[in-house]
Amino acid sequence: MRYLPLTPRDRAHMLRAIGVPSIDALYDGVPAAARRREALPLPAHQGEIEVERHLAELAACNLGAGRAAFFLGAGAYRHHVPAAVDHLIQRSEFLTSYTPYQPEISQGTLQYLFEFQTQVALLTGMEVANASLYDGATATSEAVLMAARLTRRHKAVLSGGLHPHYRDTVATLTDFAGFRATALPADADGGQDLVASLDGDTACLVVQNPDVFGRLHDLEPLAGAAQARGALLVAVVNEPVSLGLVRSPGEMGADIVAAEGQGLGGGLNFGGPHLGLFATRERFVRQMPGRLCGETVDADGRRGYVLTLSTREQHIRREKATSNICTNSGLMALAFTIHLSLLGEAGLRRLAELNHAKAVQLADRLAGLPGVRLANDSFFNEFTLRLGRPAAPLVAALAGRGVLAGVPGSRLWPERADLADLLLVCASECTTAADMTALVDGLKEALR
Amino acid sequence: MSHSSDLARAASAPASPVVTATGHRGLDREEALIFELDAEGRSGVDLPEPPPVTPRLGGLARRRPIGLPGLAEPQVVRHYVRLSRRNYAIDLGLYPLGSCTMKHNPRLNEKLARLPGFADLHPLQPEETTQGALRLMHELTHWLTTLCGMPGVALTPAAGAQGELCGLLCIRAALRAGGDQRQVVLVADSAHGTNPATAAMAGYRVEAVPANARGRVDLQALKARLGPDVAAMMLTNPNTCGLFEDEIAEAAAAVHAAGAFVYCDGANFNALVGRVRPGDLGIDCMHLNLHKTFSTPHGGGGPGSGPVMLAAALAPYAPLPFLLREGERLRLVERREGEAAASFGRMKAFHGQMGMFIRALAYMLSHGGDGLKQVAEDAVLTANYVLARVGDVLSPSFPGPCMHECLFDDRFLKGTGVTTLDFAKALIDEGFHPMTMYFPLVVHGALLIEPTETESLDSLEEFIAALRHLAAEATAGRAERFTGAPHLAPRRRLDETAAARKPVLRWRPPDRPRAAE
Repeated sequence: MRYLPLTPRDRAHMLRAIGVPSIDALYDGVPAAARRREALPLPAHQGEIEVERHLAELAACNLGAGRAAFFLGAGAYRHHVPAAVDHLIQRSEFLTSYTPYQPEISQGTLQYLFEFQTQVALLTGMEVANASLYDGATATSEAVLMAARLTRRHKAVLSGGLHPHYRDTVATLTDFAGFRATALPADADGGQDLVASLDGDTACLVVQNPDVFGRLHDLEPLAGAAQARGALLVAVVNEPVSLGLVRSPGEMGADIVAAEGQGLGGGLNFGGPHLGLFATRERFVRQMPGRLCGETVDADGRRGYVLTLSTREQHIRREKATSNICTNSGLMALAFTIHLSLLGEAGLRRLAELNHAKAVQLADRLAGLPGVRLANDSFFNEFTLRLGRPAAPLVAALAGRGVLAGVPGSRLWPERADLADLLLVCASECTTAADMTALVDGLKEALR
Repeated sequence: MSHSSDLARAASAPASPVVTATGHRGLDREEALIFELDAEGRSGVDLPEPPPVTPRLGGLARRRPIGLPGLAEPQVVRHYVRLSRRNYAIDLGLYPLGSCTMKHNPRLNEKLARLPGFADLHPLQPEETTQGALRLMHELTHWLTTLCGMPGVALTPAAGAQGELCGLLCIRAALRAGGDQRQVVLVADSAHGTNPATAAMAGYRVEAVPANARGRVDLQALKARLGPDVAAMMLTNPNTCGLFEDEIAEAAAAVHAAGAFVYCDGANFNALVGRVRPGDLGIDCMHLNLHKTFSTPHGGGGPGSGPVMLAAALAPYAPLPFLLREGERLRLVERREGEAAASFGRMKAFHGQMGMFIRALAYMLSHGGDGLKQVAEDAVLTANYVLARVGDVLSPSFPGPCMHECLFDDRFLKGTGVTTLDFAKALIDEGFHPMTMYFPLVVHGALLIEPTETESLDSLEEFIAALRHLAAEATAGRAERFTGAPHLAPRRRLDETAAARKPVLRWRPPDRPRAAE
């Protein structure tokens, strides 16, 4: 067995040194009823050839985005990731290291986390960011819990533009933690009055930008209204590339930013692992969840980095910790930070402009189809169409022709029949003119 | 511009007697922050000119630059390669972090997770186009339920701590469904910090159950505390002292008799995989860390994956989505309906850590049922071998045998002027990552060693020799090599107190130190 270096002779030698007759003796504490001497009814070990063949067969049963004209977004975005990113994150020293608890021999990880935190803070327009959480949905939940701690209030108002998976994740955690999450109904056509739902027990207003329909919101008046009532504004971003072109939540007054970072550096990966980003004001830092990396000096006075403010965390504070999170999304944070370093200021702006321009072109072409209405007045790289009939069957039909047309409303809001005619469509720098034509022609024909 | 050499010159004398002009020491290079390597307008990508369009940003276009540095690709590549060389890693050597299971990460698994049919797949594509991915999840389910002897599994949790939360939420939902509002979760004294933090997050009051003199859960104390207010008992098995909870069956029976559930932290499943099924021990609920037992890489802190194994009584309450088989076809139930009607809800976006599922399944297929059993046995063998070989010079906290990790306390350092921390840091100079220190909390100055099954005998011997040598040095009164350690790492000890007192959590441009916003 190729991953096990001990030989039968080694094992015999080791058992002698330990002073037991057999390996079974080391399992003496296991209740007799639970002891198994024979292997479980599972297939026997296999070589690389067989394992690779089997998994390649499974992979071949999927229609990967690269084999289709591809237009899905809704919280997972397909961007071109420069080749250097994946090469670098596979460096053994990054890939196979543990959490940097021993800073003297983890400066590589710690320095990139410090750089990552800085990039996230700059991008979101906030003062400080943590070293990552699991994904955008859990980051949003953590933001709500943090707002509740900061305000000592018990209610969160979730805008109707929040991704339903995020809404449901927040609802799960707030329900069991004794908070109330007031989720406003999905707001496909815009114009929902968010301020009316704020009251004296509201800890935070949660607004996604661009929202799940792709629409952009000026957060400034919302931040002002929330803050005037003693509440915080939690801004959610699930397409990080949008921040290259759209005003940052920090600039518009957000108190906490919870974001999905997968769009930079990460692949789609069928939905995971993704990358939770979390940023806030410096004065709130001691209520932040997750690991934080900070600058310091070593015994020789040289600059170095450590994990810091750990008294917020579970391994020190146990049941009084700000969160139970331990393992986060370190390697995805590395991919994010490398991708952003390659892009730089100019590259990110160009990438964002390219996404927006392609989406504008596509939206104009699709909105020209008979029976199709564009629901958005504003958007970044994703927008919503009203098709006037259920979108899911059309999406299924188009998939059969190699067009992955977008996300139908019924997939995200299965309980809302009135949203079944929605189609969320996303364009990116990867979208070609031929892809657009395939979608436009396919939809036209399917709608006929 | 580069500040790296300036920085190094500003520092006091390096450990080496040779003072270099650059501040680098041979292959050990100082590296500036990426922000200090910036030149405006430079980029490491070439993207086409966007087609001219009228923006539709609703007047919300960014007005100010972000402040990101510009670098060309060669600079970016060098920056990260240089940083990587300042890390220890399992690919460099034995990584004996107790309860972390730092084992070899097969590269085949990395290759397979990158197959475009998996990596380039959107979670909301029509299910007809993702049947292979769903089949993979289904196969993973089969392996995990067979290995654990438990009928249900929730694949979605993103990591161990989220798995714990998932498990407790299943328990809470099951109790609520029966109209039961129990408020207390009991946690073993030796538990990982995530256990009490999770119980608090799930809305429970946490009470500790002490360990007995044998390092196991005190059964009498547990029985005395059980009552109608207790929802669950959380324990780890093998526990964090590296010992099998040999009274688990009786403990589980008592917990069940009190109407509560047994939650097991599966962080230490490496000792049991393929050999002992947790379902046979009376456990109702247990998370697995795919990034421990099943060797998906730790990646410097994540991502992980924490599937939760569930007894039949808890399975209906698992989080969304549910994966169902209908003949040859698989489908995801993403709302509370049908089989998923009692689900406690969603706990993250989409369907779980697919990238980790692929790696874990490849790992299991490679080992097979026979190989996984050998994994557990070799893991237990290596830990017992280390215990046997250093037990006379370090101070084992409990008599052997242990399971997959062995625990020592600091009695052997008494009167030497050397602490557990010093001893661990000296191990860095010997070329090893330190063991887990000061955990579990049930012994003084804990040193917890988990070698794992992927170490060769030669590798173990080298590690044992280093431990024996350091123990001899400490008892011989050579405290100075310990108190100043590490001497031979890229950095000496870092000032963590200063870091926490006045936190510097990001870089700021030197000309306007606090005005980056």
